[in-house]
Amino acid sequence: MRSEKPVKRRALALFTLILVSVLVASMLSGCGGKKEETPTSGGAGQSDTAASGTEKAEPKEGETAGTSAEGKTEPEVKEVILATTTSTMDTGLLDVLIPEFEKETGYVVKPIGVGTGQALEMGKRGEADVLLVHAPAAEKEMVESGYAINRKLVMHNDFIIVGPPGDPAGTKGKSASDALKAIAEKQALFVSRGDDSGTHKKEKDLWKAASIQPSGKWYQETGLGMGQTLNVASEKSGYTLTDRGTYLALKKNLSLEVLVEGDPRLLNIYHVMQVNPEKWPKVNAKGAEAFVDFMVSEKTQKIISEFGMAEYGSPLFFPDAGKSEEDLGA
Amino acid sequence: MDLIWEGIREAIRLLGSFDREVVAVTLLTFKVSGLATLISILIGVPLGTFLGLKAFRGRGIWVGLVNMGMGLPPVIVGLLVSIMLWRNGPFGALGLIYTPAAMVIAQAVIASPIVTGLSMAAVQQVDPRLRLQITALGASGWQYFWLLLREARLSLLAAIIAGFGGVISEIGASQMVGGNIKGYTRVLTTAIAMEVSRGHFGLAIALSIILLLLAYGVAYGLTVIQQRGRAPVRQDYRLRMRRNTEVDHGPSLERETSAGFPSYRT
Repeated sequence: MRSEKPVKRRALALFTLILVSVLVASMLSGCGGKKEETPTSGGAGQSDTAASGTEKAEPKEGETAGTSAEGKTEPEVKEVILATTTSTMDTGLLDVLIPEFEKETGYVVKPIGVGTGQALEMGKRGEADVLLVHAPAAEKEMVESGYAINRKLVMHNDFIIVGPPGDPAGTKGKSASDALKAIAEKQALFVSRGDDSGTHKKEKDLWKAASIQPSGKWYQETGLGMGQTLNVASEKSGYTLTDRGTYLALKKNLSLEVLVEGDPRLLNIYHVMQVNPEKWPKVNAKGAEAFVDFMVSEKTQKIISEFGMAEYGSPLFFPDAGKSEEDLGA
Repeated sequence: MDLIWEGIREAIRLLGSFDREVVAVTLLTFKVSGLATLISILIGVPLGTFLGLKAFRGRGIWVGLVNMGMGLPPVIVGLLVSIMLWRNGPFGALGLIYTPAAMVIAQAVIASPIVTGLSMAAVQQVDPRLRLQITALGASGWQYFWLLLREARLSLLAAIIAGFGGVISEIGASQMVGGNIKGYTRVLTTAIAMEVSRGHFGLAIALSIILLLLAYGVAYGLTVIQQRGRAPVRQDYRLRMRRNTEVDHGPSLERETSAGFPSYRT
């Protein structure tokens, strides 16, 4: 008996070991296909760029690109990190545009949907290659301080003030400033994003224009995205400022009505811009430039103008490539 | 209420039609969390055994750290791992940020303290006299370790189940280091959060149901392993119960000694 035991135990141990290693191997190979691709283009390629600027690195990067699957005229560094706002993600616009861009150019876009505040900060730190955001004042500052280049107007939609159907503060049809004044006077609940997003920045500008410092029980900050903030406003019967696109996309689940619209102050303008590769050498400058060009191309602008027509009956965004902000009257 | 029905209908439709995107997201969820759990086992079980049984100076501090780590907020892990992996961060050259690998790392960081802490408790629950006996019978270091783990296997599997449960349900870290990129780093939890913010509550509920099914499936699989390991012992009990009408307290030292060491045979 004694002699038999260790053998059995060892066999069991061996079996477990094999089982675990097979599991690990299968999982690694499963993830591997994609994992390997990114480190080579992201890691080796980018550090090459870091070492020798953009032109000299070509041969080596060409090799890494050549080894990856497709083998056509592929870009040197495939990965493009796009920091953008939740509104472009939540409406589904990027789900339409990005596959188009990838098919056309061979780049692989990684869209990171965050508030405009975080998107801009990612750009300032060189953690993104290209930005699609809607906070014109903060964007201009970034360009002036040299963090971003090649800023181009892409499209706009507009902000609206929505509120409960009864409109207890009587804001309907007023200008944005007057509506906010009425809300503050009545101390009617106002739900703010409170997350330093483009929408939140816009909202703060509007309060400033109405010369009101919103505070008190009637003014609540969610710190959430636009969709969730709309849900909160709807559940609590509050007012909120939203972009029209997100509102239209979520409308069927909300008991909120459009109360204030059409004020030129309420324009929501989206720009695309590249992170300056001179500040951050690891940035994929060519990929970013290609994305900027793509966003203002005629074909893309047409897709934008038609996006949402089928589902909501009206477009969610209006293409503006080639125009200036002044043309829009903002 | 109709939202929940809509969600259930949607879930059945998605599962029935093998919707390719949903299948891919589900598989990725399983792979990332499974791999993270495996890594946490490789770290946590030896470390837990060591912390549980070895006396050394400052042990209390480490044990305290592990116990705190069991409740480590995923969002904090996500933030720290992001900062480490950002391309201008200390490990930026690896190019791991916004990849499934980054999510595995973050989730392994979350699961490791859980597995370590529970493994520590598991080996400490083993009767100290049994540990003495194993040594007395002349077991080598590895044999000792192995026998101990076998003795504590029920609690160890519970540790693994808890570790897996911790990471498959986590969203803060996955969102931050993975970026919820469609077709690449989107897992069930981040997809659910996104669908909610898009107002697709039905789809969100459907994905929730799939996540729960996946979590249940894995937990059930582990449970089967846990209980299968038990079955032969139970037969031994019955035999012995008949023989000396002992009360069943689980595999205790008294019974092991009365029946001799062979009860370790399977």
